[in-house]
Amino acid sequence: MYSQGLIGADGSTTETPEFLDTFQKRIDAEQKIEPTDAMPEGYRRTLVRQIGQHAHSEIVGMLPEGNWITRAPSLRRKAALLAKVQDEGGHGLYLYSAAETLGVSREQMTEELHSGKAKYSSIFNYPTLTWADIGIIGWLVDGAAIMNQIPLCRCSFGPYARAMIRVCKEESFHQRQGYEIVMTLAQGTPEQKAMAQDALNRWWWPSIMMFGPHDADSQHSDQSMAWKIKRFTNDELRQKFIDATVPQAEYLDLTIPDPDLKWNEAKQGYDHGPIDWDEFWRVVKGHGPMARDRIKDRKAAWDNGAWVREAALTHAEKRRARKMAAE
Amino acid sequence: MAVFEAILELADDHLVLGHRISEWCGHAPMLEEDLAMPNMALDLIGTARTLYDRAAMLEGKGRSEDDMAYLRGEREYRNCLLVERPNEDFAHTMLRSLYFAAFMRPFWLATLEMTTDETVRGVAGKAEKEMAYHIRHAGEWVIRLGDGTEESARRMRDAVAALHIYTGELFESSPAATEAEAEGVLPVRADMRAAWEDVIGQVFAEALLEAPEVPYPQTGGRKGLHGEGLGHLLAEMQSVYRAHPGATW
Ligand SMILES: [Fe+2]
Ligand SMILES: [Fe+2]
Ligand SMILES: [Fe+2]
Repeated sequence: MYSQGLIGADGSTTETPEFLDTFQKRIDAEQKIEPTDAMPEGYRRTLVRQIGQHAHSEIVGMLPEGNWITRAPSLRRKAALLAKVQDEGGHGLYLYSAAETLGVSREQMTEELHSGKAKYSSIFNYPTLTWADIGIIGWLVDGAAIMNQIPLCRCSFGPYARAMIRVCKEESFHQRQGYEIVMTLAQGTPEQKAMAQDALNRWWWPSIMMFGPHDADSQHSDQSMAWKIKRFTNDELRQKFIDATVPQAEYLDLTIPDPDLKWNEAKQGYDHGPIDWDEFWRVVKGHGPMARDRIKDRKAAWDNGAWVREAALTHAEKRRARKMAAE
Repeated sequence: MAVFEAILELADDHLVLGHRISEWCGHAPMLEEDLAMPNMALDLIGTARTLYDRAAMLEGKGRSEDDMAYLRGEREYRNCLLVERPNEDFAHTMLRSLYFAAFMRPFWLATLEMTTDETVRGVAGKAEKEMAYHIRHAGEWVIRLGDGTEESARRMRDAVAALHIYTGELFESSPAATEAEAEGVLPVRADMRAAWEDVIGQVFAEALLEAPEVPYPQTGGRKGLHGEGLGHLLAEMQSVYRAHPGATW
């Protein structure tokens, strides 16, 4: 689904000024950095962390939506939701592969997710309470993901940029599909419309928090911008998202739960009310309503599957041995 | 009417199995299986949708595929017992899919040869290929687990002991199915026995498994006599749809 503004990257690096200068010139010339190229340790570390967080977000993101597959209210919606959740798993797979080119294994990353060392997008620590949440997540959360990820298609690190091109196509399909679910509800019975409004009320603020802290409070942004891992600041992306989303809500006759939201003619964009950063940090630090359940579920899947993975390895080993013996 | 009911039986088999497999989504033993299982579920649900639509048309009462899926209770569902069995573990889940696909593949191939129903022929052409993939995917897992570690081999044997008793029902034709067979819409279910045994025999030989004797096969699904699990599956599946009568989703 989505990478949130990177949390806690350490871009510090120890290379010589000449090396860093040559590297920066390549970046400035918009050359793609490939896995076998020399790169500053800070660049590598930032990417491992960012791609890892992004991959984990795709995987954990399967859970809140997976929560509604068995209850989807039509066979068409059930199939579409299954396909969407499957896409998210596919995004996780490409992203783990992109991170692996930097020398970390999927297993290592998985362990870090389970131990709480690695982060994932905190949006998935909120619960999906009604069917409308599935529409709202597609519309807002996949929508926010697209805002964040389209610039990543031009990220200086080649494997990440290429993975994003494929991922973004699917995310925009998810976004349209989500909006279409919400539209059906908004134009449905009064109960359905109320369900859509309630879901919008719950997901709006967490969605705009997905872009991360305000630029003034975001220490790690500058180095990522210079390395062209990041192309726009958190606030720029948040503004784009709000400006794109407000007219979509108006079209549906749904109310965005921000009384201070209003058009600013001078800046040609919407002003919004204050974001509850206490809530943001609380959820980022692992105290979101579903944080414990998400990790518990991921660990349970992993632990309950241990015997399957072990059997697959053992079987492959037996095959190899039999083949060798036969030769 | 009989043809309608026979097609409904098939549709129910596919929906219930697809639903069961979809319960794994996000909880599979590895990411590759988190991608493979939704694939299998999507194949099955896709087939169910076309068959419900066809059944509704034959019935001629203006019901939709969703009315068929969401507004019938457990006594009205006509799926065989095998497909409603709970997931239990990955061994049970893969074996259940192998048993089902090893039946459906020859069934659809035979359908292509004989059916007079164009919609059913269309389903058969697509589903035959999907079932070949399910046999391969599930069969490979049964082999890996059967000839894997001590634990996986034990779990695989447990799955065979638990599920083999439900396979006999696959080859039985209900009165409705018998009529559909006589009318040239569907092939005779009992005729799939040799092809099924061939696939299962090959997989079991490699998986170091033995097919047990089944003195008392479990049947009853075609009469709406199910296990207790199906009611819970349907209660969950139908909850939103039934809470909002007449709504569009
Ligand atoms: Fe998505
Ligand atoms: Fe995604
Ligand atoms: Fe994403």
